[in-house]
Amino acid sequence: MKVKVLIPGVLRAATDGAAHLDVEVPDPATLGAALDVLADTYPQLDRRLRDERAALRRYVNFYVNGEECRRLAGPATPLPSGAEIQILPSVAGG
Amino acid sequence: MTVVVAIGTRKGLWLARSEDRVSWQVDGPHHAMQEVYAVAFDARAGLRLMAGVSSPHFGPGVSISDDLGATWEESSTPPIAFPVDDAALERVWQLQPAPASQPGVVWAGTQPSALFRSSDGGRSFEFVEGLWNHPHRPEWEAGFGGQAVHTIVPDPVDPDRMLVAMSTGGVYRTADGGKSWEARNKGIKAYFFPDPWPEFGQCVHKVAQHPASPSRFYAQNHHGVYRSDDGGDTWQSIAEGLPTDFGFAMVVHPHDPDTIFTFPIEADGRRFPPEGKCRVYRSQDAGATWQALGEGLPDDFWTAVMRDALCTDDADVPGVYFGSRSGEVYASPDEGETWHRVAAHLPDVMSVRAVVIPT
Repeated sequence: MKVKVLIPGVLRAATDGAAHLDVEVPDPATLGAALDVLADTYPQLDRRLRDERAALRRYVNFYVNGEECRRLAGPATPLPSGAEIQILPSVAGG
Repeated sequence: MTVVVAIGTRKGLWLARSEDRVSWQVDGPHHAMQEVYAVAFDARAGLRLMAGVSSPHFGPGVSISDDLGATWEESSTPPIAFPVDDAALERVWQLQPAPASQPGVVWAGTQPSALFRSSDGGRSFEFVEGLWNHPHRPEWEAGFGGQAVHTIVPDPVDPDRMLVAMSTGGVYRTADGGKSWEARNKGIKAYFFPDPWPEFGQCVHKVAQHPASPSRFYAQNHHGVYRSDDGGDTWQSIAEGLPTDFGFAMVVHPHDPDTIFTFPIEADGRRFPPEGKCRVYRSQDAGATWQALGEGLPDDFWTAVMRDALCTDDADVPGVYFGSRSGEVYASPDEGETWHRVAAHLPDVMSVRAVVIPT
């Protein structure tokens, strides 16, 4: 199925400037599966979103249709067809 | 002569350039908002600048510049990655080019405590399993700054020999290229344990060596300043004559194995220079006696100098450099006799390295 991923400005150097990407995710479609597909094309983006164990970086938030994935099932969050994944750095630091 | 000083901070890297080591031009930030705990110049082939960078949001990596910071290159895949299920790279604490006889070899020390080896000049690294699999590893503790291999001292001649250090784990040594490691902390006190003389667990802050004296090491500890004359087998205190035995940094003069520099800090519980006076201490007799060096350095300096924020260049008359948690950087053009301010109001300085540009 196809989902849409919104890329924050600070990470667009890793997507050749793209602000959003349409991603074809195989079944069963989950957030983690969508990120796996993205990683094949954009490894530079992936290493900023996930560590080498494919764990989501702590201070990056992934909203699936407006709901932060950690309040859902994390990387295992199922994606409905046409889902919108919004990636946003969390408010942190000083 | 042109000297460039790389200044790694908690929010990016600055580069200072000088013809006389007195007046400086500073540019930056490079890698803005990224922690730069490790920085290294590799002058073995051309001049490469390497930085261990870490974004609090987007994770750690290694960035390379072959044109002194005009452009940077970072691999698309993680250059350092743990091939195990129970760890992921948090931060690069040390980047150490190997001796000139091993071109392309660069060592990286990481948090969590592990060692990685690059054979392509720092573009990609391989995990050194021998240290990770050491039976002591589960008992290495996280210090205040995290559990990390922060010091790597490759033997100047034998590529199979190396010493590493970590806080609170201590000194370890290999003689077989990293396959096996032995703790080497005899004589180093760990006052914070019920048994203050354990085999390992010492809080070593920095170890330094001169290539002409490969069996001699100097160590600045979390309380304790030591020298070993037998390759790390045993350590003797050289703290007498210093105002305090606490500190982070330890640097050897590039041309004299008997001359060392450190930046004493009052105590674990008072992390300021003694009386708030900014002073580098130098010994020219391998730690037997010490001199305070402060001409041009301030009083009322209520900050500290971290383990990799003191260094020298390798000019005939070497320059000495340090940066502070308060974002000030000082340089001495004359082996520490006089000092000049390079920069102020930077973020916390974590790492400083200097190089004379080859002509």
